Amino acid sequence: MIPAPIVDLVSLSPVIVLSLFAMGVLILDLFIGKDKTVLVFLSLLGLFLAAVSSLAKGTGPIYSFSNSYVVDTFSIFLTFVFAISSALAIMLSVSYNKEQGIKIGEYYSIILFCTVGMIVLASSADLIMIFLGIEIVSISLYILAGIRRTEKRSNEAALKYFLLGAFASGFLLYGMALVYGATGTTHLKDIASVLASSEFKTSPILLMGVVLLVVGFGFKVASVPFHMWAPDVYQGSATPVTAFMSVGPKAAVFAAFFRIFVEGIPNISDYWDTILCIVAVITMFVGNLGAIIQDNMKRLLAYSSISHAGYILVALIAKNSLGMSSLLFYMLAYAFMSFGAFAIIIILDKQNGDNLEVKDYAGLGFKHPVIAVCMSIFLLSLGGLPPFAGFVGKFYIFSAAVKEGYITLVVLGVLNSAISFYYYLRVIVYMYMKEPEGDYQVQPSLAPFSLLVIGIAVFGTIELGIFPGPVISWTMN
Amino acid sequence: MEQYIGASLMLLFATGIAGGMVLMTSLLGPKKSFADKDEPFECGESQIVSPHQRFSVKFYLVAVLFILFDIEAVFLFPWAILFKKLGMFGFIEMFLFLLILGVGLLYVWKKGGLDWE
Repeated sequence: MIPAPIVDLVSLSPVIVLSLFAMGVLILDLFIGKDKTVLVFLSLLGLFLAAVSSLAKGTGPIYSFSNSYVVDTFSIFLTFVFAISSALAIMLSVSYNKEQGIKIGEYYSIILFCTVGMIVLASSADLIMIFLGIEIVSISLYILAGIRRTEKRSNEAALKYFLLGAFASGFLLYGMALVYGATGTTHLKDIASVLASSEFKTSPILLMGVVLLVVGFGFKVASVPFHMWAPDVYQGSATPVTAFMSVGPKAAVFAAFFRIFVEGIPNISDYWDTILCIVAVITMFVGNLGAIIQDNMKRLLAYSSISHAGYILVALIAKNSLGMSSLLFYMLAYAFMSFGAFAIIIILDKQNGDNLEVKDYAGLGFKHPVIAVCMSIFLLSLGGLPPFAGFVGKFYIFSAAVKEGYITLVVLGVLNSAISFYYYLRVIVYMYMKEPEGDYQVQPSLAPFSLLVIGIAVFGTIELGIFPGPVISWTMN
Repeated sequence: MEQYIGASLMLLFATGIAGGMVLMTSLLGPKKSFADKDEPFECGESQIVSPHQRFSVKFYLVAVLFILFDIEAVFLFPWAILFKKLGMFGFIEMFLFLLILGVGLLYVWKKGGLDWE
């Protein structure tokens, strides 16, 4: 008799719940007509139940499945971030899909499957689990990027993302293989203990593996110099998908990045510190300087999202518990402000699905003052102005880095925040201080779900900015 | 040295049979040469054709489905061999796996992936 392995289904409950709902949505789609609204509600219910069920195990770190799956504050908090961001993405898609004629019911189930992958990624304590999670997330995203099948740009986005993403997965896997070869284990805890007490620290195999890991993760989070795909893919994909991509999956990959580097190989941080510092600084600079010259709003936000990856890398470099909690806080804050900004872009889209140039926003402040105010809140928060969530997030990240003595890095980061104001304010200047060219009138399409998303995003951005205490203390746990 | 005798004999037989076959056919076989025969062999495809030939996408769909359900069989074989030793746990796990695949089959079926026309 082969003994049955110890299966801890309770700690896996969010993954199970969400997988069941994803399959349910897939099957239900076959039996309903053209109207996919019921799928939306089913998906939202699934996300809600998954988030609630993640609390079933309490907050103490509980390892299960031979130490490869862990439930702790980090993973529970991120499960909530993922559930929120996927729910916002689904709500944004409702009217967008109707207008663009995307009648694909599988869309919702793929988003749910992608969320499953993100939860796996945030909860894994083993290199193989991490790779599994990354693949679930990536394959779902390749499909989502190409969901507008008849659109050339969407096809380009999907193909570009797929080819480069598959290549990056190869780098990642080879890096993991080398780390395994050098340490003899795939468990992050065991890797840490092997490296704590041995002479393997300078083994070239290990260092080569770490470099390949940086390349692989760098691609997946779109950090410079592995960011080339991001603007094209973000612009080509359907806008709700772009919003989704820039928040949830990115946060999930950062979670795995953090787990490997800070929990797995902190003992050789002398070697990877410098690489990550350089990557963080050039990511911030290229993202912000690239955004300055963009005229298309979606591309502008794509570059801004690259620069935010740079800020989040600073939290990773800090390596302390404050760094971890600031990373978590920033993910949540970024989810709200990014989804808010993308939601505004979606409701202002032209009828043919083209999104707007910055100059089309001229005069919006007088024609549709509420929309303009919301957009200003999101942009100022992305820039990092108090009293919005973006400021608190950046403040915590930078203070974590200062605590560890990364003064130069923080100075460059703050400088970059200042640069970013140039392009965020440029949009606001167009909205309030310029006359529209010609007689083109922006017609916002105000669907109830989109308005709900904007409402939630405004609330989240302001709430986290003024009363960050409860969330911060939760992340500190 | 003695333990290598078997292996050497095996090697000798293998090369002997393979080489012998080639030798015998080239000595005994009929030799007729014509244009088609002199072309390099490529699974029934002509060497020089227009590259703009189109394959029906249905072939790819069938191939993908075949791989999916073929993998299922790959997992079923070791499970069947160890069925008794795995006990109830293995039974339940495998049926969950089959259930998930069943969902996939239902999906493919309803979507018309199994219809050739």
